[in-house]
Amino acid sequence: MRRLLYSLPVALFVVLAAYFGVALFSGRDPHAIPSPLVSEPTPSFELTGLDAAAFSQDALKGQVTLVNFFASWCLPCRAEHPLLMRLAEQEHVPIYGIAYKDKRADTERFVAGLGSPYRRIGLDEQGRVGVDFGITGVPETFVIDKAGRIRRHYGAPLTADQVRNDLLPLIRELTRG
Amino acid sequence: MRRLLLCLALVAAFAGTAFAVEPGERLTDAALEARARAISKELRCLVCQNESIDDSNAALAHDLRVLLRERLAAGDSDEQVRDFLVRRYGQFVLLRPPIEPATYVLWFGPFAVLALGAMGIVVYLHRRAAREPAPAPLDDSERRRVARLLKEDG
Repeated sequence: MRRLLYSLPVALFVVLAAYFGVALFSGRDPHAIPSPLVSEPTPSFELTGLDAAAFSQDALKGQVTLVNFFASWCLPCRAEHPLLMRLAEQEHVPIYGIAYKDKRADTERFVAGLGSPYRRIGLDEQGRVGVDFGITGVPETFVIDKAGRIRRHYGAPLTADQVRNDLLPLIRELTRG
Repeated sequence: MRRLLLCLALVAAFAGTAFAVEPGERLTDAALEARARAISKELRCLVCQNESIDDSNAALAHDLRVLLRERLAAGDSDEQVRDFLVRRYGQFVLLRPPIEPATYVLWFGPFAVLALGAMGIVVYLHRRAAREPAPAPLDDSERRRVARLLKEDG
């Protein structure tokens, strides 16, 4: 009985260490906020495109697309930009951009200077569409399937690793299915 | 002392005004504004995460404050406004998580730990009482000494 009692702290330590170990090495990001919109239909939106034509969620239907929220004032978006270019040019993924709380002229300058990975760009100057998508900053990216349902949400700049190991396999799967 | 009291009074007087709501955001209807303030105190700013949108100076917090006031002005109930944001940002947006199976550990865990501690103390005291026998009764010489001491005292 006594020996059992004395080994209790050790047992407790082992349990805690295992718990922390799993939490540390599982690769789970405790800062990531899971979006309740995953597996929901894309929020409907009515934006003016950078091309001055109307841009709504109907433009996304029938194909597997990425919707990428970005802004010219956002430094991580610049860092993410080459990755999106590669996705658009080499993998032929249709990417639609939504310029979050950005001025038209600044958005124009941004894509003119760096090149545009986007099929089309919607201007969300008030950030209301951003709220409807539940974004907390830029850049954030959504994967949307052919039926117009959100299938994945990345709440941070995409990384090459994510693209290779998660995004591209998912897109391939959704395109097939 | 008086100066200290004055300081305390001043701190108390101004403590209530430390919020981030900008004058332009406020609704002219005082009752609606009061409801908006009450709701926004319970909503998390998703940029700073440990502040309510009522306290936060983040741009998103400002947007959400304006948005929830718009919805209140349009006739939404408090519950509808909260649901509106939960649908977009998840329950994480609520600073006070609802009581449901997923949050039982969060809500009741501390009480469980407290109960465990109380049980431990009870067991410990019980055992100690059992281990230490009651003191032996006084013998004759001790009793005489007590009587003498009491007499001296009186």
